[in-house]
Parts: sequence; structure tokens; C-alpha cells
Amino acid sequence: MSTGGPRTTGEPVTQAPRPPKAVGGSGGTRSAPPVNQFDANTRTALAGLLLATADDEFVLGYWDSEWTGIAPVLEEDVAFASLAQDEIGHAQALYQLLADLDGGDPDELAYGRAPEEYRHARLLDHPRTDWAFSVARRFLYDTADVARLDSLAASAYQPLDGVVAKMRREETYHLLHMHAWVERLATGGEEPRARLVAALERLWPDALCVLDGIEGDELLAEAGVLAEPMAAVRRRWLAGLTPELARLGLPGPPAAHTGPCRGPSRSDDFRWLWEQFTMVRRSDPEAAW
Amino acid sequence: MTTLTKDAVWEALAEVPDPEIPALSVVDLGLVHTVELDGDRLRVELLPTFVGCPALELIRTSVAERLARMAPVVEVEMTFAAPWTSDRITAEGRRKLGDSGFAPPGQGAAAGGPAPLFATIPVRPSASCPWCGSADTTLENLFGPTLCRTVFWCNRCRQPFEQFKAV
Repeated sequence: MSTGGPRTTGEPVTQAPRPPKAVGGSGGTRSAPPVNQFDANTRTALAGLLLATADDEFVLGYWDSEWTGIAPVLEEDVAFASLAQDEIGHAQALYQLLADLDGGDPDELAYGRAPEEYRHARLLDHPRTDWAFSVARRFLYDTADVARLDSLAASAYQPLDGVVAKMRREETYHLLHMHAWVERLATGGEEPRARLVAALERLWPDALCVLDGIEGDELLAEAGVLAEPMAAVRRRWLAGLTPELARLGLPGPPAAHTGPCRGPSRSDDFRWLWEQFTMVRRSDPEAAW
Repeated sequence: MTTLTKDAVWEALAEVPDPEIPALSVVDLGLVHTVELDGDRLRVELLPTFVGCPALELIRTSVAERLARMAPVVEVEMTFAAPWTSDRITAEGRRKLGDSGFAPPGQGAAAGGPAPLFATIPVRPSASCPWCGSADTTLENLFGPTLCRTVFWCNRCRQPFEQFKAV
């Protein structure tokens, strides 16, 4: 972990867990207070996993929202708005878990960091590009995300377990939807197919990063936070996904990726998105909502 | 002041409508996880339907407002301690959904819980028309006007309708 944001792992909690809010307090969904069950290294790895997963969902949610109003058909305007809302909701719940673990404020985690401090996989550094590109990215991401959530389904970290149970059920709809689109583009004639193939070829190396770049994942597996290290999650994902892509005659994964998976170096496209999603908050960081 | 009972709290909760489908109460939807009475303190825990549902805070404050003054200390919280699933909608809730023009959640995409990658993909949600009862319907969009709804078309009465998602 090398983030320099407001949340610093390995240091004492700067803010005590807040007491339950009474009537009239501003809300948000509260999770159980964190249990002090892990050693320092495992705890740091857990914080890294929460941040990376939250950032993945958060950034993808914002890219999805870029389709609002301009999707190819009205149904997809509705669908991508819902997908975006789901992902940003998941991110919010995960930032809250991280704040419960490490102190800090979930909104500050979401909007208060510099672009280099985000830990999303570089698959999410690409812009929305064309429809086939967005479909290909979402399909790769959603299938990887389902594999990741499966490995968290019986997490020894109780607060995460409850959130994951909800996320998995919602992600099933994402997977159904994106699978239908991949099939439609793959079998929908020359141009959609060519665009989909080009997008998959471009995105595959970066997609491998969704299940990579989590420091200390083996510690997390030992502690039962993850059912298995990320390499095993990745193998399980590819074992499920590759035959399906082959069935549709679509390109499969490369042998490996090179370079760092989760920053700190970021694309200009992500910097542009960051400008967009932090714009309102930066205009008045003290505003109460 | 008579002694507050849990039954009285549940009766009050049954008066709090869901903001998106007001024909149903938070009890009909199965949103109430626990009701605890401990001396002066009344504590109610609610389960979020969808993690990103923007109505969660509205639901929480509506419940808090309804319960205010029932006890000296009233706490209303959302919790992920148990997952809300569409199976928690009561029989009465399912009937009210139908009366409001919504197909109740069925053996849909995620009914029965999550499955391994691709195992659920062939199972697309199906629904009967809440207006005419016909099973001759077409899934128009897995996503709808709110996170919890799916859009169908009835081929018989030629009307769109929504189904509450099975999660």
C-alpha cells in the first residue's frame, strides 16, 4: 500500500468509530464496528483490498454514467444509469467499511483524493469509447468482479461478509445484462463483431489487473478474509470465462500482463473523469448536503 | 403512559409506506430486521433492499419520525447484518404489489442465491402480467426506473409492466 490520502494504514485510528446515530441524524448505512481480529499486516492488506475494490466500483460507476442520455437505445440509458447507481452504491458501502476500519470519512475517501491516490485497476483508466468497448469492458469487469465476490462470500471479516452478500445478488443482473450484449454484438453482423473483438483485444491485458495488484492477498487468504489468493481467483475467473468467449469465437486472455495494475500512474482519460466527479465537491469542500 | 410493547412498534412500522411503492409498508417489504426494547430505549434495525438505493435514508428517517416519542430514546439504523432478499416480501406484500401493477419477484435471475460464474446466465427472469394475468410476456429490460425493478411487456393486453427484481 502506498496511498498518501487521508487514510493511512498502519497508523493509529485517528477517529473513533462513531456511535449509532439517534433519530434525526443524517444516515447512511452502518455496518457493525470493526473487530480487532487481525495482525497489523493483515489489517493493512484488508484496507488495501477494500480500497481497491471500492475504487474499481466507483470509477466504473462514473464511466457508466457517461452514457446517460446518449446510449444507443433508451433501454440502455436506463440500464447503464442503474448499473452506475449500483456500482457507486457498492463503492459507498465499501468506503464506509474502510472508514469503520481505519477512521476517516467515506465521502473524503470517495472525492477527496488526488488522481494518483486512487487504486482502481487500470482497466478502468480507459474512457467509455464506443458502445462495444463499454460492453466489452463491463463484461470483463463483471465476470472478474463476480469471481472476486465469490471469494469473499464467506469472509472472516464479518462486516464485509454482509455487504458482499448483497452485492453478489445485484451483480447477477449485471452479468446477465452484459452477457446478453456480448452475445448480441458477437453475432450481430460484421461491424459490431469487429468492434467487440478489437475492444476485447485492447482490454484483455488490463482486465487481468482487476484480480491483481492487491498487496498481502496471501495473508488475507490465510486469515480467511479471502477464500483464496488473488492468483487462484484469477484462474477460477478465466476457467469460467474463456470457454464462453471461445464459444462465441471471441479472443481469450493473453498469458500475462506487464506493468503496475493499480496506479499510481494514471491516464489522461481518468484525470478528466476525476475532474468531472470531484468538480462539485472541490467547488465547496465544506458544503453540507 | 402505558408500557410500550413490541407489537405496538410493529403496528406503527406497518404504517410507514415505502417511498417508491407506497402501497407497501416497510413491514410488507420485509425491511425490518430487529425491534429491540430495553428500558427507555427503542432500537429498530432495517435492511437495505439494494446497496445503492437512494431511498434508504428517506426510509430510515420516515421510520424514525413515525417512532419518535414512542420511547425516550429511539434509534433507527440500517444494517447489512443479514442480506435483504426478495423472499422477505410478505404474502400480503406480494398481493399489494400485484394490486399496484407490479409483478412480484419470481424465480428470477438470482432467486435461490448466487451461483458460480455463468451458472445463472441461462435463467432470465419471467413474469405474468399483473393486469390480465397472461404468462405471454416479454422481458424488455432487466433494469427499470428504480434499482429494484425490471421492465416487461404483456403481449396479450399490450401493456408495459414492472416486476420487482428477485435478489
